[in-house]
Amino acid sequence: MRIYHKALVSLLLIFLAFPVSAVADDLIMRRIGMTFPETMSALQSSIVEEGYKVSRVQRVDIGLTSSGYNTAEYRIVFFMREDVLHDIVKKHPELIPFLPLKITIFAERSETLLVTLNPMKLAEFFPDLEMQKTFAQWNEEVNRIVDRVQAE
Amino acid sequence: MFRFFIAIFIFVVIAVPSQAHAKHDGEHIYLQNCVSCHGYDGNGGMGIPLSLPDFLATASNDYLVKTIRVGRPGRVMPAFKNLSDNEVDMLIGYIRSWSDSIPPKYSKKPVNGDAVHGKQVYLDHCAECHGASGNGGKGTGVTMSRPRSQPILAPALNNRGFLVSASDEMIKNTLIKGRKGTPMKSYLKEGLSEQDINDVVAYVRSFESRAAAIEETSEDEPAVIIKESPYSVEETVTNLTNAVGSMNFRLIRIQNLDSGLTEESKEDKKQVIVYSCNFNILNEALKLDPRVGLFLPCRITVSQQGDKVLVMYANPKRMNEIYNNNELDSMCTEMKTVYEDMIDEALL
Repeated sequence: MRIYHKALVSLLLIFLAFPVSAVADDLIMRRIGMTFPETMSALQSSIVEEGYKVSRVQRVDIGLTSSGYNTAEYRIVFFMREDVLHDIVKKHPELIPFLPLKITIFAERSETLLVTLNPMKLAEFFPDLEMQKTFAQWNEEVNRIVDRVQAE
Repeated sequence: MFRFFIAIFIFVVIAVPSQAHAKHDGEHIYLQNCVSCHGYDGNGGMGIPLSLPDFLATASNDYLVKTIRVGRPGRVMPAFKNLSDNEVDMLIGYIRSWSDSIPPKYSKKPVNGDAVHGKQVYLDHCAECHGASGNGGKGTGVTMSRPRSQPILAPALNNRGFLVSASDEMIKNTLIKGRKGTPMKSYLKEGLSEQDINDVVAYVRSFESRAAAIEETSEDEPAVIIKESPYSVEETVTNLTNAVGSMNFRLIRIQNLDSGLTEESKEDKKQVIVYSCNFNILNEALKLDPRVGLFLPCRITVSQQGDKVLVMYANPKRMNEIYNNNELDSMCTEMKTVYEDMIDEALL
């Protein structure tokens, strides 16, 4: 009977570690019903609330209006936890090109869009069992970050 | 004790998802999955305007279900395999709430037509918008943040997702009625006979045999390209800086990987990112798909690992798959070549 107990506990832990509602889309996208500056502020607050540090906000707007865009409000927000970054640099350098994590933010008229790579896609790129839990955790955290912004 | 675990297991496997699903009404599912491209009121953006009355009057529920499930391979619209059947039904119910029209039901029987004659009619009347091979309008939907001369771009009729989703009857009905608010006219009013229209349907259906061949896979491409440098980190970064200039790219900045996360004096100077950009390519890429900013500006990372110096970049040909956008293919191939040339020059 003990073996059944162990099996059930293991299954329980697996279900708790990987929520049933987890989405495996390649991109996480959210449309925010706020202006670009409001969304940018909410995004940075949400990132910090999730325990991350914003390392940089990169502008990608040179030439945008001249190429037909109505707006030049287009940025990339980089964020990461320092200890996690340093740990990955040592153990999984192949992940470095994807770090720090980032969210693209750009305006569409009076609304704003957030786009980021679903961290679970990294699990597909790097089928390294040791990192699966980290990718799943990032996925949950990134979804919480953008969901909080959308809920504002 | 054993019963206790059984009870918890049943609760987690059955009860928790059921409760979650109960909360997920159609609007919530729409907000989570569709609103980014189709807009809050279904008025479109990167995706088509779903709330367009004529669209809802001609699109059957079967078409919507299949479109959600299969998507449009290579044309941005992803396949939503993660949604349950019940969630898809709720989603369609929400989309239907934008219109009073009764969902049409179409026969699955093929329409009898002459594809050879249909080709000629198609080339005369349809190819201007849908392309001679049914490739559809250029660009990624009606791209975000850009002026809209039209509410919708002509769909790719040769797309596997479209051909799986649209029955012959639905294509015929769309040709007969057209779609107000889009450039799609009623071709019965434009002078085509019903037989002409049947022939066009037969020709469009003939795209099916070629649809599979159009799709390409990038799964053989590695996600990251890593090369070993014979130089120190500092020398490699200097060489890369020079190579960037010789490739007509502008150096944006050189920064340590942990810049902004660590005190400047404590940054790891053996993990360095070289950012560069060619603004023409950048703007072309953003025109094709505004989401590509995720991999902008161009980035090459130099990393000291033990006694090795590695030079690495995310492979654009593999990253392309996350966008489900065939129009980025050639640009991603070009960018991979650019990265290779830059690194080859730096590591000479």
